Amino acid sequence: MSGKTVTRADLCEAVYQKVGLSRTESADLVEQVLSEISDCLVSGEAVKLSSFGSFLVRSKGERIGRNPKTGEEVPISPRRVMVFRPSNVLKQKINESLVGE
Amino acid sequence: MIKSELVQRIAEQNPHLYQRDVENIVNAILDEIVDALKGGDRVELRGFGAFSVKNRPARIGRNPRTGQKVEVTEKYVPFFKTGKEMRERLNGGKDLGADD
Repeated sequence: MSGKTVTRADLCEAVYQKVGLSRTESADLVEQVLSEISDCLVSGEAVKLSSFGSFLVRSKGERIGRNPKTGEEVPISPRRVMVFRPSNVLKQKINESLVGE
Repeated sequence: MIKSELVQRIAEQNPHLYQRDVENIVNAILDEIVDALKGGDRVELRGFGAFSVKNRPARIGRNPRTGQKVEVTEKYVPFFKTGKEMRERLNGGKDLGADD
């Protein structure tokens, strides 16, 4: 493991290298893809990307949490959260590559 | 929304691109994320979220039905943490704090 962090800039570079658009347009399209996925999730709809995974939106009801430092009970308000469920293909690829390195 | 619908929506916003190009763009993005995770690297997309890989060491599990011991080998699992802006947008712009 190299412990590197991949960012938007790396995604733009990948699009630039593989698709052959200008750097500016590559950056613009990476942004469009991310906002399309975000907008869809905000509208409450799931996004399923085959062989990658699914982003789902879950609604959580109110529950009682605890401040771990003081032990004080605090109510956690109802909210919507987004979860990522990796596909089996993705899980398998990661394991094949990292186990027994 | 599935991948082909995502491609279609992006293609509609970019009439100068072929659908085929848009498909390549979406795949290039996803492949880059997958390759990073395969190398054990982290992918941080500000505002959206961060992908990382967590190690699950080998352990002795038990078959809950028979109680028999089974060896579970070491595993790596992909993990996603939602970004702050995304968390807020899901809740009408309010920051309700992290909830893991």
